[in-house]
Amino acid sequence: MEPMIRVRELYKVFGPNPREGLRLVEDGLDKDTIFARTGNTVGVQDCNIDIAEGEIFVVMGLSGSGKSTLVRLLNRLIEPTAGTVEVRGQDITRMSQRELIRLRTEDLAMVFQSFALLPHKTVIDNAALGLEIAGVGRTRRRARALEALDQVGLKAHARSYPDELSGGMQQRVGLARALATDPSIMLMDEAFSALDPLIRTEMQDRLLELQRERRRTVVFISHDLDEAIRIGDRIAIMQGGAVIQIGTPKEIITAPANEYVRSFFHGVDTTQVFQACDIMDSDNIPVLDADTTAGEARSRIARVPGNEGVIVDADGRFQAVVQAKRLGELTADRPVSEIAVAAEPVTEDVALASLPGRASRSPVSIPVVDGEGRFRGLVSLQRLVEALDRSRGAASVNGGQ
Amino acid sequence: MEERINIPVGDWIEAGVDWILDNLEPALDGIAWFLGLLTNSFEGALLAVPAWLLVLLLVGLSWWRVSWRFGIFAIVALGLILGMDLWEPTVKTLSLVLASALVALLVGMPVGVAMSRSDTVEAAVRPVLDLMQTMPPFVYLIPAAIFFGLGTVPGAIATVVFCMPPVVRLTNLGIRQVNREQIEAGLAFGCNRRQLLTKIQLPLAMPSIMAGINQTIMLALSMVVIASMIGAGGLGNTVLTGIQRLDVGLGFEGGLGVVILAILLDRITQSVGLRRKASG
Repeated sequence: MEPMIRVRELYKVFGPNPREGLRLVEDGLDKDTIFARTGNTVGVQDCNIDIAEGEIFVVMGLSGSGKSTLVRLLNRLIEPTAGTVEVRGQDITRMSQRELIRLRTEDLAMVFQSFALLPHKTVIDNAALGLEIAGVGRTRRRARALEALDQVGLKAHARSYPDELSGGMQQRVGLARALATDPSIMLMDEAFSALDPLIRTEMQDRLLELQRERRRTVVFISHDLDEAIRIGDRIAIMQGGAVIQIGTPKEIITAPANEYVRSFFHGVDTTQVFQACDIMDSDNIPVLDADTTAGEARSRIARVPGNEGVIVDADGRFQAVVQAKRLGELTADRPVSEIAVAAEPVTEDVALASLPGRASRSPVSIPVVDGEGRFRGLVSLQRLVEALDRSRGAASVNGGQ
Repeated sequence: MEERINIPVGDWIEAGVDWILDNLEPALDGIAWFLGLLTNSFEGALLAVPAWLLVLLLVGLSWWRVSWRFGIFAIVALGLILGMDLWEPTVKTLSLVLASALVALLVGMPVGVAMSRSDTVEAAVRPVLDLMQTMPPFVYLIPAAIFFGLGTVPGAIATVVFCMPPVVRLTNLGIRQVNREQIEAGLAFGCNRRQLLTKIQLPLAMPSIMAGINQTIMLALSMVVIASMIGAGGLGNTVLTGIQRLDVGLGFEGGLGVVILAILLDRITQSVGLRRKASG
């Protein structure tokens, strides 16, 4: 499928002579050398990204890494020095001013870190700004703005002024202003960074909720990996103006491209990223029927490293766990079901974070099943502890410095 | 003997003035006609209203826009002016101030907007503003009298020139100080240049522009008094007569009238800038 946004070989050089800066950066010189030599600052270099329709694409980086410049290149608030940005196959870097304004009013909305509301307008008129600019009549634009305010839970404050609202509420107005034009793409520049942690989480949830109602393509700029993991379908990490890694949160955490990427993990709870299916053992588990004999079970379980097998029904649905140590209670010809231990299975997508609690209440390993209840694998206590240790290890990479 | 260097700047200016007199007379007449019309209609309108009604209006405005205390001050102050028998010169001064300030704003605000949009325009206009502001105001009176004779019109013209810089500067400054993300928000939602100005920049620069308008009106008042030297009339005339006759009392009465008018104009125009805070 054609990506919603396709960025190719995009460069932005600020300064007295961007062309010269561009030549030097293409020659492979680094940002600092170019600045020292020419006074030009490389904002974004050789950026190639495909953003699919309906995904939340998070761009992460420290301040000065070029992420805010990148997002402004996507709606051409900043003119690129070289390269192309295609939105639905149309190259916006070649658009006329008129075409660009049409794209901005119809398809691209933006949410800002400082909210950027207009203090002299009421909340509803702020939310209606995009429609007002597009020339929509007063009654219609107010009706649509009110709908958008309702989506963010601010309908009751429509007649207030921005300075009468808290920071979180102001940003909800910013979000409503973006939603009111019903754009297919939302650019969010550190949209929640100015909010305190509790409100930030609430706003992230609201964004995800809005995505469930109507999937939009969201490009979200952030410097917070926790946030990126919570909301991002994919994450791009920027360093010195270049994109150095793109992947799902899980890919980034399991295989960080370099130390810089790893440095973001500090203090981040990666147990939300991993799921039961990531840590379960699915290969070495003997799968038995209810009437398998104890003798056969004993010999099959003896061949694998774990000391457990499972009983499934005719359709492969999980029934119970069989422990090797209890098989001794049976004579070889009795069916294993007599000593089977019932256990409540979890589905594959359950987060690692919620497994320790279950494990502590269960005498056997945690069985993992798919959506239909078919057996997929077991999470033994040992595997669980290893996984927790690994994600804690990731979190403390920088902690030991 | 050493020869002294003498750059004849004065001669050049005189030559320029002569040239303007010879070649731009229709334009000068047009300006004179327009300003005359404006000041006369302001004066006519304000004098046509009975004094008690105008007093009531000013007191009401002070009471409503500023505070009840200021309303009481306005009653006392305007009563004093009436009591000193200075009502007519005060109204004449007020109308001259309003007419001159109006012209200064109509010219100055667009210039300020143009300056904010282009660094070149800003660089070109700035020295002109410096000149207008720092040149001793009496100097304007000479060419104004040469071009337009004596009376109200040259007084108004000298006043327009003198009082324009603040509104130009503060319009420019206000627009340039608008937060970058707010400008970006306007552009990101599809503003063209005109919409950006009318929907984002001017409203956000309004506090600064209002301060400029206030300053322009205050400067206009101070210049109108000076302009009485070329016959602009009003309270300045009272002061001038006091000086000429060495009549301390009369000079002080005229001066007091100017001060009262200044305080009233200042507070009332300032309150317009704080509109929403006051009513909301």
